[in-house]
Amino acid sequence: MTEHILRMSGITKTFPGVKALQDVNLSVRRGEIHAICGENGAGKSTLMKVLSGVYPYGEYEGEILFEGERCEFGSIRDSERAGIVIIHQELALSPQLSIAENVFLGNERAKRGLIDWNRTNYEAAELMRRVGLDENPTTAIADIGVGKQQLVEIAKALAKEVKLLILDEPTAALNDDDSAHLLDLLRGLRDEGITCVIISHKLNEVTAIADSVTIIRDGRTIETLDMAKDHVTEDRIIAGMVGRALDNRFPPHEPTIGGEALRIEDWTVYSPSQPGRKVVDGASLTLRRGEIVGLAGLMGAGRTELAMSVFGRTYGVNISGKIFKDGKPVEIRNVQDAIRHGLAYATEDRKRYGLNLIEDIKRNISAAGLQGLAKRGWVNEYEEYKVAEEFHKSMNIKAPSVDSVVGKLSGGNQQKVVLSKWILTEPDVLILDEPTRGIDVGAKYEIYTIINRLADEGKAVLVISSELPELLGLCDRVYTLSEGRITGEVPRREATQERLMHLMTKGQE
Amino acid sequence: MSTLTLGRGRVPAKYLPVLVTGCLFVAMFAAGGIRYEGFASGQVVLNVFIDNAFLLVVAIGLTFVILTGGIDLSVGSVVALSTMIAAALMEGPGWPPYLVIPLVLAVGSGLGLVMGYVVHAFDIQPFIVTLAGMFLARGLCYTIGTDSIPIADPAFTVFAQTRIDLFADLWISPSVVIAVVVVLVAAYVLHYTRFGRTVYAAGGNEQSALLMGLPVGRTKIAVYTISGFCSALGGLLLSFYMLSGYGLHAVGMELDAIAAVVIGGTLLTGGSGFLLGTVLGVLVLGLIQTIISFEGTLLSWWTKIFIGMLLFVFIVLQRLFSGGSRR
Repeated sequence: MTEHILRMSGITKTFPGVKALQDVNLSVRRGEIHAICGENGAGKSTLMKVLSGVYPYGEYEGEILFEGERCEFGSIRDSERAGIVIIHQELALSPQLSIAENVFLGNERAKRGLIDWNRTNYEAAELMRRVGLDENPTTAIADIGVGKQQLVEIAKALAKEVKLLILDEPTAALNDDDSAHLLDLLRGLRDEGITCVIISHKLNEVTAIADSVTIIRDGRTIETLDMAKDHVTEDRIIAGMVGRALDNRFPPHEPTIGGEALRIEDWTVYSPSQPGRKVVDGASLTLRRGEIVGLAGLMGAGRTELAMSVFGRTYGVNISGKIFKDGKPVEIRNVQDAIRHGLAYATEDRKRYGLNLIEDIKRNISAAGLQGLAKRGWVNEYEEYKVAEEFHKSMNIKAPSVDSVVGKLSGGNQQKVVLSKWILTEPDVLILDEPTRGIDVGAKYEIYTIINRLADEGKAVLVISSELPELLGLCDRVYTLSEGRITGEVPRREATQERLMHLMTKGQE
Repeated sequence: MSTLTLGRGRVPAKYLPVLVTGCLFVAMFAAGGIRYEGFASGQVVLNVFIDNAFLLVVAIGLTFVILTGGIDLSVGSVVALSTMIAAALMEGPGWPPYLVIPLVLAVGSGLGLVMGYVVHAFDIQPFIVTLAGMFLARGLCYTIGTDSIPIADPAFTVFAQTRIDLFADLWISPSVVIAVVVVLVAAYVLHYTRFGRTVYAAGGNEQSALLMGLPVGRTKIAVYTISGFCSALGGLLLSFYMLSGYGLHAVGMELDAIAAVVIGGTLLTGGSGFLLGTVLGVLVLGLIQTIISFEGTLLSWWTKIFIGMLLFVFIVLQRLFSGGSRR
């Protein structure tokens, strides 16, 4: 018996153009709860995908030793056979099947090729008791809440005789009671000898439950700490997580800040899929003309949900709160209202929500602002072409012509098309959700320049970003969001990565 | 495969399917002309128009629906229902055509409106909604009558027998004129109006269209209404052509119409395609029938075999084109 159940050493994983992991080392002791912490995009999930065989042996460099043996997993099946089970943030359950069927999915209790239903339900009930799930095994997954679904996932892992259980953000979608129950369960599993690796943004949970923690930043291992020996606190973890290199350059910008453009007061949004869960909780914020404001928050903090619920209630139910435009209260019930009141929202997922990929550049640019190019329903194609040409030049969209299909452009140029589209609607307030995600460094600089220009034209810009250096380099003021609540408002000169991260990880008191 | 280089000019990928269909039509016509005596005349092409004017009108309506990413299976049944209503009202109570025609068009549009509303309001797959509409309309035919009802109204018979002479012995029927007008109006609406743009945007990426504040729901209801209207108009053209109303008219026509639209290069997933393509698709289908009748020895179901093969080829082609632009 070795002391370490898992040793990953020198793991390097490259995607075209990006080094996602660089010489990462991870050692997990037998029977402990080991937390992995890092900012969004630090490489935590990639590392777990390497471990579980999602990226098969050969697609990465480095060595994995599990139970003292070298592992070369070609698929998830291989890693599961060895006793490593990963539970992803997006649960992999089949909603119409029963709990019992899901527990034994791909691992069916069968006799001569036929499913033994008695045994399936009986053994499922056993496993459900172990994880503290009080439901009938024949209940459909769709009929139980997310907290219980999480327990089904763990029961499923136990059915596979798991030795190392990996949980990616297990409590991100859970309410407080469910989270507490889950953490208790993990402690119980540890006492049964099951080793757990937990990826979490909630540092209070990490300090409460983990025996040791490994911090990853920019695809590298920063340090591994023993919680008890090193007296690890939340601040200690934050100090390791931040300090990402400021390698992005930012165009210089002197803001001319004017009057209030948009104010949101006491904004509360409930989840459409989990009744009763507040995704945004009493958030208030103010945007002023000519100002670039950042919104920082970790995955699941409710940033996109806040933005989309404000932008014509495109997310959420039971939305309450007030919106003031130029100091006057306004009612925004749908996207048309939002556009009419001068709001624009560029989504974080360009390909799915932002563009019509099979259409050309000019028609994508004109789509939202077609009103201005049409008279009584008839589109002025000449105007449309002219406008598109202007954006083609002014935004420096790299494409042979405005007739080029948008799906063929690079990420940066697609983003310029999205921005052009919204600028054409002549908004006063632009909400840009992850405006530089998946864009190379050169194009990022161009996007920053465009954002500065928009602010100089007197527009208010709200930038949502996972990259703290970007917020620090670009924004005049930054709000932090944690678990749906605004936990802080930091002006540029006072903003540091540590300060923001501290506010971003602030849990509920 | 984004562009095809032809000489010095480059053809954007989106025109490629239409171009392929156009070339196919020309090639078929040329082959027919070489093989059969009397084939290579303008009248052969015009006859294809004359014999398929109703299919063309129906396929135009269906093109709107397919461009939004939907489907309308009810078109054939609505055509039959339209012939039945027209024949029954004129032959029974002796209603005049100027009352019957607007009523038929209103019934067809109304059916489309209801189906469109159900698709939008309850977020149900159009396949199943229009399948229900298909059974409903077909069934309604038989509540009017189980037998064929002849039409003897003078206005209809005159319309059916009129020839519009063009130059050099060529002629067309009034139905062709109506079909061409429908094509032009539809092409104009699709290409030059905000409504038309919304049709493409909703079919290309419904989520993004919604997040841009485009009236996606209203547009969806409208395209099914248009399809219903076109089916009713197609039904009237068919009753001019057949001079009868019958519950067994236009059986399976929805599939011919879908085939024509797809062969015309419109993506079944929506967002890409042209009305000109649909016109060419109908012409290609019609020309296959003509060739087979010229061949004489071949039975008519060879038409189906050719259509089947063509559909395969076109769907594979579309996959290749769209595969390149969707990554």
